[in-house]
Amino acid sequence: MTSHLALMALFALFVSIVFAALTRDEPRDQLLFGAKLFAGFVGAGIVAGWVLYPLPF
Amino acid sequence: MHATAADRVQSSTTTYLICVAAWAIPGAGHLWLGRRQKGVTFLIALILMFVAGLWLEGRLFPFEPSQPLVALAAFADVGIGLSFFIAKAMHAGAGRVVAITYEYGNAFMMVAGLLNMLVVLDAFDIAQGRK
Repeated sequence: MTSHLALMALFALFVSIVFAALTRDEPRDQLLFGAKLFAGFVGAGIVAGWVLYPLPF
Repeated sequence: MHATAADRVQSSTTTYLICVAAWAIPGAGHLWLGRRQKGVTFLIALILMFVAGLWLEGRLFPFEPSQPLVALAAFADVGIGLSFFIAKAMHAGAGRVVAITYEYGNAFMMVAGLLNMLVVLDAFDIAQGRK
């Protein structure tokens, strides 16, 4: 697998799972918080990618 | 109602044993304390993350005091516990610096170790009755 986006999403998935399990006790809360974290990580990664796109270095 | 280990405050010796177990095997501290769902989640997610880092041809950094950043990376890597030493013994994690996924592999393994350190602290808090 060499897709940067897919690898970033995989990384975000692992981190979201661990943070959700660490900070929430109920499985439903973990699922909701984990989904929000995952969406936030991937969204922020894509936005940061586009913001940095015009930079020449 | 049957009380789980997590409902009681552990003695300081037991607390440190729980922390060592939690470091050695991700999630073992939570399993010891009766938090089965969390323990299994940490075990699967962190081991998979570490293995993904090896698969992506990342490097398990050596403790090199003359290069502080390398030593810090090694400190992060070793946070995953026994998996680090098993991978080293199997000559895995040599790293291939020209691989396109090399930096991703490093990030996966270092972050898996750092997240496991957070999991150890969480197990410590539970054992102390703070959570």
